[in-house]
Amino acid sequence: MPLITDELIAQHNLTREEYQQIVTILGREPTLTELGMFSVMWSEHCSYKSSRVHLKKLPTTGPRVVQGPGENAGAVDIGGGLCLVFKMESHNHPSFIEPYQGAATGVGGILRDIFTMGARPIALLDSLRFGELHTAQNRRLMRGVVAGIAGYGNCMGVPTVGGEVVFNDIYSFNPLVNVMCLGLAEKDKLFRGTAAGIGNPVIYVGSKTGRDGIHGATMASDSFDDEAERKRPTVQVGDPFQEKLLLEACLEMMAAGLLTGIQDMGAAGLTSSSCEMASRAGTGIELELSRVPRREPHMTPYEVMLSESQERMLLVAKAGKEAECLAICRKWDVDVAVIGRVTDDGILRVLDHGAVVAEIPAKALAEEGPRYDRPFAPPAYQELLTNLNYDIIPDVKDANAALLSLLESPTIASKRWVYEQYDHMVQTNTVVRPGSDAAVLRIKGTDKAVAATIDCNSRYCLLNPYEGARIAVAEAARNLVCSGAEPIGLTDCLNFGNPERPDIMWQFVMAVEGLADACEALKIPVVSGNVSFYNETKGLSIYPTPMVGMVGLLDRADRAMTQWFKEEGDDIILLGTTREELGGSEYLKILHNREQGVPPFLSLEAERALHDCVLNLIREGQVQSAHDCSDGGVAVALAESCLSGPGRRLGATVRLTRGRLRKDAVLFGESQSRVLVSAKPAHRRAILDAAEAHAVPAAVIGTVGGDRLVISLADERSDDTVINLSLSTLYDRWACSLERLVNQA
Amino acid sequence: MNLGVVVFPGSNCDRDCQYVFRDILGQDVTMVWHKERSVAGLDAIVLPGGFSYGDYLRTGAIARFSPVMAAVKEFAEEGGIVLGICNGFQILLEAGLLPGAMLRNESLHFVCRDVCITVDNAATPFTCLCEPGQVLTIPIAHADGSYYADPVTVASLKANAQIVFRYCMPDGRVTREANPNGSLENIAGICNAAGNVLGMMPHPERCAESLLGHQDGRVILASLVESLVHQRLRKQELLSQLP
Repeated sequence: MPLITDELIAQHNLTREEYQQIVTILGREPTLTELGMFSVMWSEHCSYKSSRVHLKKLPTTGPRVVQGPGENAGAVDIGGGLCLVFKMESHNHPSFIEPYQGAATGVGGILRDIFTMGARPIALLDSLRFGELHTAQNRRLMRGVVAGIAGYGNCMGVPTVGGEVVFNDIYSFNPLVNVMCLGLAEKDKLFRGTAAGIGNPVIYVGSKTGRDGIHGATMASDSFDDEAERKRPTVQVGDPFQEKLLLEACLEMMAAGLLTGIQDMGAAGLTSSSCEMASRAGTGIELELSRVPRREPHMTPYEVMLSESQERMLLVAKAGKEAECLAICRKWDVDVAVIGRVTDDGILRVLDHGAVVAEIPAKALAEEGPRYDRPFAPPAYQELLTNLNYDIIPDVKDANAALLSLLESPTIASKRWVYEQYDHMVQTNTVVRPGSDAAVLRIKGTDKAVAATIDCNSRYCLLNPYEGARIAVAEAARNLVCSGAEPIGLTDCLNFGNPERPDIMWQFVMAVEGLADACEALKIPVVSGNVSFYNETKGLSIYPTPMVGMVGLLDRADRAMTQWFKEEGDDIILLGTTREELGGSEYLKILHNREQGVPPFLSLEAERALHDCVLNLIREGQVQSAHDCSDGGVAVALAESCLSGPGRRLGATVRLTRGRLRKDAVLFGESQSRVLVSAKPAHRRAILDAAEAHAVPAAVIGTVGGDRLVISLADERSDDTVINLSLSTLYDRWACSLERLVNQA
Repeated sequence: MNLGVVVFPGSNCDRDCQYVFRDILGQDVTMVWHKERSVAGLDAIVLPGGFSYGDYLRTGAIARFSPVMAAVKEFAEEGGIVLGICNGFQILLEAGLLPGAMLRNESLHFVCRDVCITVDNAATPFTCLCEPGQVLTIPIAHADGSYYADPVTVASLKANAQIVFRYCMPDGRVTREANPNGSLENIAGICNAAGNVLGMMPHPERCAESLLGHQDGRVILASLVESLVHQRLRKQELLSQLP
């Protein structure tokens, strides 16, 4: 047995103190296998050692919560005995090293998290961040990631219905791939990752174990240097066909009542699944490694326990049900083996041909890892970011050109090139497809539907992590509301730099507080989530990116709302207040090359009032379209409502009151809590009355119709047409830009 | 009517087909596991979309060896109605029930969106409720949908009116621009010479309800059911004429 040297400990990313803690727990020096097992379980990725003390601040309860954080995924009650199971996870590091497989296995992992709960996956969403497409490397990363998501999700038959793609050079060497999955289950038939019932058989199902992905969790807990290429062997290779068989086999075993617990072998593979299941149940597990199906010979116990080969699940079956489990797995042609049993001593005991190679208290491994309350402090550069003298920025001269520049910037441009590569209709539930504020899926057998979205403006989070996180929650909720859905639950994926740096830790702490406050105010529980630290390459951190995935419920699927104009002659009404707010806007970035200033003001009280108002209007059938004003402000929102519909494109003539505000702020400013609706003129009075009743400012700003978008700005003295563009010009710039950028030579 | 939907490992539109025929069109549906060797008692067979055997090797290339396919072949040879959608179409090509082959899309990408198709032959069991030349809006979702066949085969497809659907513009014109995948002659669906086996890349089961946007796919599925009713009536008539 190799001696555990300081060098070996360092190679396992463990500190001297952490190693001492291991020795104290075991009462002896660990074996190499044990050292490996501790190193993955106590990695940042698996143990949340830097984040846990802060995550406690998030509100996780509510009348609809069926399962909060701590399981494979969260779940909320949607009535009728059904619950919606959902979670979001990152696969950033692997996707930078190998974009296709990194993204594909990210999809595979989140799907397993959902069906391990006994839920059939019904939808996927992804939130992606890349560097700008002017470099071949960024284009390659984007093509690879999109193809990887498509390759896995399409084959699984789970529609990819939404998400977002944002471009900023800060992500050039650390792209983000966050994947969210929704599943549907009967509320009283949820499965959990527990190893209950002493003597029950522990069963391995799925792909054979190989040497791929060893130390993936540790890799994901480290930052990158020039040697990222050399880490390629730590990225796993996905096999969606195998996963589809695994999904069907697992759901069939669950339906037949054969299982007491089940968990996916994701990060840290067999080690995490076994110790976490035992720890949750307060039991132990004994494994015989020689029974583990293997892809290659001569694998050591260390390798078998740390392998992150994909498409594998660990089950605990009811005693005596082994044969039935095996028969179902054989029907689906998936590998299966009884590899151990549940014990009563709380120990994860690993044997190799009968010889003990590891013997660790399961709870210590799974839950008693180190916890750090790391120091945090705002960075000195924070003031430089927020101090912006607007006097040196000239007001917009050519608003036509400015609007076209914004529409063709890839963050705002149509994402058609991306979502057309995803099967977004399989399962025949997609009522609102990608390209509106949120995706809507009907629930078969009911009148209901669920909506889902992912949002985060990371530039706001850079400028003010607390406000940025609050805005992410508010915007996600607003997107659901614009689709006619009441927000009912949230999952987060917190992407940050190196938590050992006080400035990064400050961003994290502030963002978590922002999430907590916004969720509290809007009464949306956080039921699952994921933290991804060490998103930095060569010392350069990404912008703090606390991604918010949110789900909502519609009582009537046929009342789902979309963002595009429907009919000539309809009124266009702007709900909410426009202020002079350009800080952190897409306009400042694209037109003035500045990512500076203070993010827009957000009153959660005003936001709630707006949500109540818009939901009422949609439920009562008063509006024809509803669209959130976000990146690019009112002008971009208007253009999107003109252009994004599946049928005929419809123009608009709009007059905005300017008052004393800058022109660019009125057109392109990103004031929060605003929604653009269109409605039949007959409903105008009712809408304005409803807005007044909810204390939401409302103004009729124009009319739908024609084949141009015409916007004029009015103040006391003048009334100038500042934007006058044909729909065909607007459409060409908005719809085709991304494809052109991706395919440039 | 009792429709059989074959479930191959990797099929993923099987449940969608079950739902549309059972819950929307009110028919009986039997799910047929690919390892079964008999299709007795079924009035029609649907090979659904998906990624049978992960599309490994070549789309449909492994599924055609599934035990059930021998029974499907026999069923088709006896005049039974067989509908292959997307991956089901690819399997029918590989099994030799339809002529030609499928190539990767011209764009090399998977493509999922609504397209327009024109009904070139409204006299098949799958189009009997359509008007000739009717334009249907219907979604596609595939990476390998570029139909190819040698010139002799294409000529005979044309001569026998076996080209049932072609990709077209919303006004019905069959143009290069309307072709989403590089398919020869804009072919979206073909039938066999006898007309009882149809393969089509677009997914009619995805657009059979107004809630999902439009319901142009319904006319194809309803045609199939209507044809089965006629088939049964004809059989009964023939039986009653027997001495």
